[in-house]
Amino acid sequence: MSDASDLVLETRNLVKHFPITQGVVFKSKVGAVRAVDGVDLQLRRGETLGIVGESGCGKSTLAKLLVSLEKPTSGEVIVRGENMARLSGQSLRRARRNIQMVLQDPYTSLNPRMTVGDIIGEPFAVHPDAVPRAGRARAVQELLDLVGLNPDHVNRYPHQFSGGQRQRIGIARALALRPEIIVCDEPVSALDVSIQGQVINLLESLQHELGLSYIFIAHDLSVVRHISDRVAVMYLGKIVESGYHLAIYEQPTHPYTQALLSAVPVPDPRLRGRRDLIELEGDVPSPADPPSGCRFRTRCWKAQPYCADHEPLLQIRQRSPHPSACHYAEIRDVIRY
Amino acid sequence: MTGVTDIRAQIDALPGLDPRAPLLHVEDLHVEFRTRDGVAKAVNGASFHLSAGETLAILGESGCGKSVTAQAVMGILDTPPAHITNGTVRYRGVDLLGLSEQERRKVRANRIAMIFQDALSALNPVYTVGFQLGELFRKHRGLSRKDAKRRAVESLDQVRIPAAGQRINDYPHQFSGGMRQRVMIAMALALDPEVLIADEPTTALDVTVQAQIMRLLAELQRQRTMGLILITHDMGVVADVADRVSVMYAGKVVEEAPVYDIYGRPAHPYTQALLASIPRLDLKGRPLNVIRGLPPALTDIPSGCAFHPRCGYAREICRQEQPPAYRIAPHRESRCHFIREVLGV
Repeated sequence: MSDASDLVLETRNLVKHFPITQGVVFKSKVGAVRAVDGVDLQLRRGETLGIVGESGCGKSTLAKLLVSLEKPTSGEVIVRGENMARLSGQSLRRARRNIQMVLQDPYTSLNPRMTVGDIIGEPFAVHPDAVPRAGRARAVQELLDLVGLNPDHVNRYPHQFSGGQRQRIGIARALALRPEIIVCDEPVSALDVSIQGQVINLLESLQHELGLSYIFIAHDLSVVRHISDRVAVMYLGKIVESGYHLAIYEQPTHPYTQALLSAVPVPDPRLRGRRDLIELEGDVPSPADPPSGCRFRTRCWKAQPYCADHEPLLQIRQRSPHPSACHYAEIRDVIRY
Repeated sequence: MTGVTDIRAQIDALPGLDPRAPLLHVEDLHVEFRTRDGVAKAVNGASFHLSAGETLAILGESGCGKSVTAQAVMGILDTPPAHITNGTVRYRGVDLLGLSEQERRKVRANRIAMIFQDALSALNPVYTVGFQLGELFRKHRGLSRKDAKRRAVESLDQVRIPAAGQRINDYPHQFSGGMRQRVMIAMALALDPEVLIADEPTTALDVTVQAQIMRLLAELQRQRTMGLILITHDMGVVADVADRVSVMYAGKVVEEAPVYDIYGRPAHPYTQALLASIPRLDLKGRPLNVIRGLPPALTDIPSGCAFHPRCGYAREICRQEQPPAYRIAPHRESRCHFIREVLGV
């Protein structure tokens, strides 16, 4: 389908542990929150990779690692063949241009004291060689136009815009340096349904127009299905299943994916009571002390003693045509909607 | 100790209380917020009713007035800035809006209770959950500390919190999101209310936890034949649990219908557009359907039908006249001048 040169972003065994310390003066490390614990992913040009998972699974930390807002504990983030962790100073700054981020909450991610023109133009101040000074005002107006806002509104402040419009401002800011990759961390979850669609349509049309690649992180499974080419499911810092969107949604093989899909309420009352709801027991274990072996085993109905001792790798298995991190992976027809 | 029978008897003695009257009947409710920037009309004539054992979903987007309506029914609106300018809220025939705060307080929790979206901010962070639960039994039932504690443990047991006897001494922050929501449900149901208002009870939760909580709510409701008002924007949750649905837009109920009709044959353009905007499998690779424009500012609600600037059916009459509630079938109403067109008949 596509060759290696199409690869714009890759991570290899990416790990981020946050230390838990005790004491004030003599801090000693007493443990670590394993937010991201060995993630391999690949993103090709023009493709959207959806990442789903529940709160605390490490998807936002992963997003920060991808855009180098966090330094990985170990592992590599490779953007266009360059390992971001090895770069510093000027070269890191240059490389960062290529990968930008859209944040979740359009109410807190825009500085209320800056005008929209200043917000969208700020990337040019950080990277002065991106656009010559004289052309910046114009570039900002073009960006506003590109995301469907009125270019004459450059002097307005964020509070004068609605939630959906603010998210457009966030998207314009991310596009300012003409990146190839945009990491969207829950870009529509703060928005109403009728506005969500507008922002998703905008993201999709920008992708076609500019050839962008997206990492699309969200907890809303139907939104992820709509926008993604491939989907990766995360649980406690690891990817448990990944594949083409139809494989994940129609033929999930990991029990967690199956439970997650089965829990999504379907907007059709005729399916009431006919859905095969897999109810998980309890809560997600603490990432500071994840279960041994398979991390999902404490909530899994298929768990065997073997699962406690052997960590399942994310790989294609006999009964799973796409990579799945379960010793007992097999297709289960969960839901159709 | 006399408090026990007292409060219940006092409620039963409220003027106009008729056990055979409808459980809850809200009619033509108007709420406005008087602020420096003008008058925000949050609720503009909301009407709905609820019977015992029934689940009514109030569906709408942010700013449509669904939470303010619930708060008005509960009597917990901050006045000022909020003012109820018109309408009635009848519980078993008693107009709650006419009661004194003291009488209102008796109805609250005993007959009508509420749970909120964010349990962490709804619970008091400096008291243990046992104390907060026990307080209900002490104040409303006049139980001793010891008895109140026993009842508190029972309440936590009922919402299936493991090791309730120990968890009773924990503070709200020591519970996970799902468990905290269970605590709030336990608190709301502690005094056996007849009406439970759930305002976005699972919006802050993950889907797998949401499924647990919705299941628990449905089960408790069935056991008690309690009336449940579910306020939500999630059309999946509504399809899953509601018997009837009231769709709100700009402070009005624009459509009311049994749940199967809402999804099968929506009779209002707004309902239709909302349903069409759900990302479905067959829309993959194509743009999503969107509702053009924005919801109206509550300080400046459009004339005529408030939805007309965003509506595909809108014509001149929609700009000028507010559509009345047209009765389509028993228990089915829609406020649209062109329902025939919308229904395609």
